[in-house]
Amino acid sequence: MNPQLSQDGRLRHLLTLDGLPRAIITQILDTAESFMDVGEREVKKVPLLRGKSIFNLFFEPSTRTRTTFEIAAKRLSADVVNLNIATSSQTKGEAILDTVDNLSAMHADMFVVRHAQSGAAHFIAQHVAPHISVVNAGDGRHAHPTQGLLDMFTIRRFKGEFHNLTVAIVGDVLHSRVARSQIHALTTLGVPEVRVIGPKTLLPTGVEQMGVRVFHDMEAGLAGCDVVIMLRLQNERMKGARLPSSQEYFKFFGLTPEKLALARPDAIVMHPGPMNRGVEIASEVADGPQSVILPQVTYGIAVRMAVMAMLAGTGNA
Amino acid sequence: MHASLPDANTLIVQLADVIAPALTPDTLIVGIHTGGVWVAERLHALLSCSQPLGTLDISFYRDDFSRIGLHPQVKPSNLPFDLEDRAILLVDDVLHSGRTVRAAMNELFDYGRPASIRLAVLVDRGGHELPIRPDFAGLSITVPDHRNINLSRLDDGHLTLTLA
Repeated sequence: MNPQLSQDGRLRHLLTLDGLPRAIITQILDTAESFMDVGEREVKKVPLLRGKSIFNLFFEPSTRTRTTFEIAAKRLSADVVNLNIATSSQTKGEAILDTVDNLSAMHADMFVVRHAQSGAAHFIAQHVAPHISVVNAGDGRHAHPTQGLLDMFTIRRFKGEFHNLTVAIVGDVLHSRVARSQIHALTTLGVPEVRVIGPKTLLPTGVEQMGVRVFHDMEAGLAGCDVVIMLRLQNERMKGARLPSSQEYFKFFGLTPEKLALARPDAIVMHPGPMNRGVEIASEVADGPQSVILPQVTYGIAVRMAVMAMLAGTGNA
Repeated sequence: MHASLPDANTLIVQLADVIAPALTPDTLIVGIHTGGVWVAERLHALLSCSQPLGTLDISFYRDDFSRIGLHPQVKPSNLPFDLEDRAILLVDDVLHSGRTVRAAMNELFDYGRPASIRLAVLVDRGGHELPIRPDFAGLSITVPDHRNINLSRLDDGHLTLTLA
């Protein structure tokens, strides 16, 4: 049984895109489309979640994700409380479930959870009362489902369909929860060719079993792509001796205008942020005409609104 | 108990005749998804309205959201005009409790402050639960609460009213 779905098959928690039915993913994208126009109106709010309390539980720092979740919740008229736990009780040694119990006693309706430990959001979802929903906002290397969904929304907006696309994910797939969520969503939505491109040291062993084609040569991997998704290279990877230097990395796996020219002329370039300019992506590309990196951020609000609206509507409130 | 319902297409023509004298040229017609949009499209044509047609999906404004959740098929609202200080003719297919109309008015006000809103419905079936009454109705009848009047549209665009 899928712990993310209620008995009648509706979204109960959003923890991972692995195993999430295509119909639910499509419903989220369609609902997000309806929320897009709310951001353009005189009053950028709908009353759907009036009286609901949403707690952003961030055990790991984040600016963009936390901010867009906060804006999304506010546009749904929910009350939002942000907790940066790294700087609060957790440092005093309070167990994670005690934190959750205390916030539940404050009548929380939804938790948005980011944690450095894979599985943290699942763990909380198993523990909370039936009327409370949990959204995974990134857990360790495991999953970042709302990022994966907003990436699908971006692709659909610019490319229309999924069934005729070639999509490349480039860079540090090994440490990337974003890449895992993207791969699950792309294959579920029927993208016929998903490629991962990166040095052997940054691709997980057995990644082929996720249904992707593996390239270690970026030029070969980019040929004919409709969508190029760049991943952030975390600087600490250099210290772990997985890579010689950021200059060396940029030379082989950084996206430059010359390399992008090998993809289809109408290819779009995506990046989940924050970017390392001159490491995984050249500024000319990041700020260039094929970049859709800033629209991704805007779409993230509508997609998170859709997820929270669907979750709140499934509760037994 | 029921005699057959009148033909929806004839009713719309009659409704347009009633509305026409009261309609100013700058009135904006707004239909509520889904049946209200069908009726609004017809009225828009019959009344030769020069303004673009607006559509509303009130899913995000329903008062029963916490009981029944989000409608699985939410359509975008589309109001291709500034409704500040404008006269609005709001159109729905069937008026029952009045809750849909309340939600629609709440949504309209999030786009701006209209000068006025009037309500046109194809059928006013009674059973109102709010102080909301139509300014124009194609048909007014009383239907018991447990029964439903539905407007459906065939592929050729023909509209039909049924009592279930």
